[in-house]
Amino acid sequence: MSAREAGTELAEGYNFAYLDEQTKRMIRRALLKAVAVPGHQVPFASREMPLPYGWGTGGLQVTSAIIGRSDTLKVIDQGSDETTNAVNIRRFFARTAGVATTTRTADASIVQTRHRIPETPLTEAQILVYQVPMPEPLYRLEPRVTECRKLHALADYGLINVKYYEDIVQHGSIATTYDYPVLVNDRYLTSPSPIPKFDNPKMHMNPALQLFGAGRERRIYAIPPYTKVKSLDFEDHPFSVQRWEHQCALCGSRESFLDEMIVDDAGSRMFVCSDSDYCSSRRAAQDAPGDAAKEAA
Amino acid sequence: MYVAVKGGERAIERSWDLLAEKRRGDRAVAELTVAQIREQLRLAVARVMTEGSVYDEELAALAIKQAAGDLVEAIFLLRAYRTTLPRFGYTLPIDTEAMHAERRISAAFKDIPGGQMLGGTYDYTQRLLDFTLLAEGGTGAGDEDTAPATHAEPMPRVLAMLDREGLIEQERARPDAPEPGDLSREPLTFPVDRATRLQNLARGDEGFLLSIGYATQRGYAHSHPFAGEIRNGEVAVELELDELGFAVEIGDIEVTECQMINQFAGSGEVPPAFTQGYGLAFGHSERKAMAMALVDRALRAQELGETIASPTQDAEFVLYHSDNVEASGFVQHLKLPHYVDFQSELELLRRLRTSGGVASRPAPALAAEEEQEVAHERP
Repeated sequence: MSAREAGTELAEGYNFAYLDEQTKRMIRRALLKAVAVPGHQVPFASREMPLPYGWGTGGLQVTSAIIGRSDTLKVIDQGSDETTNAVNIRRFFARTAGVATTTRTADASIVQTRHRIPETPLTEAQILVYQVPMPEPLYRLEPRVTECRKLHALADYGLINVKYYEDIVQHGSIATTYDYPVLVNDRYLTSPSPIPKFDNPKMHMNPALQLFGAGRERRIYAIPPYTKVKSLDFEDHPFSVQRWEHQCALCGSRESFLDEMIVDDAGSRMFVCSDSDYCSSRRAAQDAPGDAAKEAA
Repeated sequence: MYVAVKGGERAIERSWDLLAEKRRGDRAVAELTVAQIREQLRLAVARVMTEGSVYDEELAALAIKQAAGDLVEAIFLLRAYRTTLPRFGYTLPIDTEAMHAERRISAAFKDIPGGQMLGGTYDYTQRLLDFTLLAEGGTGAGDEDTAPATHAEPMPRVLAMLDREGLIEQERARPDAPEPGDLSREPLTFPVDRATRLQNLARGDEGFLLSIGYATQRGYAHSHPFAGEIRNGEVAVELELDELGFAVEIGDIEVTECQMINQFAGSGEVPPAFTQGYGLAFGHSERKAMAMALVDRALRAQELGETIASPTQDAEFVLYHSDNVEASGFVQHLKLPHYVDFQSELELLRRLRTSGGVASRPAPALAAEEEQEVAHERP
């Protein structure tokens, strides 16, 4: 299913995958350090990219530093390959690196994502690159980077435990639904990027390498394959993920994260898988046995 | 039904076409050339070069044309190009004392060696709209020779004269001083030295620095500024060539420099002396250079032993928020889809309202405390 992006020509006058080799080397050094200290934020000399800060410059730089000619790239935003920002970034690499791109999770060697982890489980042969707006999990409680560094050094995460305790007292549950902080390898409190907490359990012991790039904040961090990742919770209030009363209107899934759409003026709702590849492969699989049955008859 | 998020590729291409069309405007009107922008919108060019941190008038003018006059967008275009440029060396520090000044004023002394030079300034234009410029072909300038007079003799700095009397604190060049960092090659980390702070401020958004500088004048870290000296003109750029073993001039650049003299400080050990703030910008950019000098002085609070009592003195607050390429990107990223996060919030809010038995009650006109709590979670 992977293919060269239709109608995109290789951009001339730029190095493979845009960044110069010196810059890639600098980013790879930061990545190695990040992998060695799981969940720890490593400062790096983020470059100005031809994409606005906040639109995926960190993920772009990480992908640029690790991508090779034989790689197959998938880019998703909100779980979908078709959103404008995902299309834009996929075309960027098709133009500057000439690599094969795909929308199928299983066919990709690198998946760059904003706000979701694919529903299809990843393998050891894959790398997941997250675009991160705010790498600091404590920034809502302590906006000072210098203070947060101290708290991480001391593994002093009392602030956030108090905040979640207060949530439970006030609302009966923890009122964080996305960018739900995780403790990586029993040491560093880490932002999973603004993925829904629904996706948090997928990070735990994932066979794929997970890399995180925050361009504007100039930080890189990583979760190596098969690393323990625990979402913050309390013994008497264990972590739980969102569940829907509905099923996907297209593929019937009850297991996936659903997007809600308003489909008419009366405010009727429709729920559809946010992961477009997962949804379409399920529909293809449902059609296929049907066809086979018809042929048999 | 699922169309809303599809067809992105064609939509993007069509958006480029529309943008080009809008940029061109009415085809009955002659197209603006890059040379016209460079010559006739020189203050916009100066700002784009300063905050884009490349001295190249032609590329800055091109960026302004491409951005249809949106200077922050033009600055972004120039920065993104700058990133791809190789570095082949570092110039010697420019010597602004040897400037060919077109304008030079001091608000501290009535007369100064080298004299005050008003030069071309909007300061005393009375701000009456000049309707002759509105008439086609009106130039607003006569035929007489109005080429700017420049002062080619080195003009000693006003602050150097105060320094001779020991009245102003000075940072002396030390032989063992470390090489200054390079903010475009290293991430900003704290605590941050003055050289790095000044790099940040030089690239910083003019409007942001203007407001922060203004706040210092209104009592948020007031330090009594006097415009010790403002000068604008051309300075030579010299590069040391290894093959030759000496420095050669590779060109001239226009800069504006501001040295503020600020209220004295002193302690038991150090006698009271004036302190200073510094601003430098490409081209003729007085507002930027002055605002930068005010902010530089405010950020020196810690090294001068002052109490940090205001956000204007807080290096982390000021330096992390001064860059308009970063700020513009992050503010505008809110335009990107956030369906997934929003869905998560919707689900939580519905659940909280159901479990609280308030599902049927309408939301209050003013958000109740619990909803404010949830709202705070939204990045």
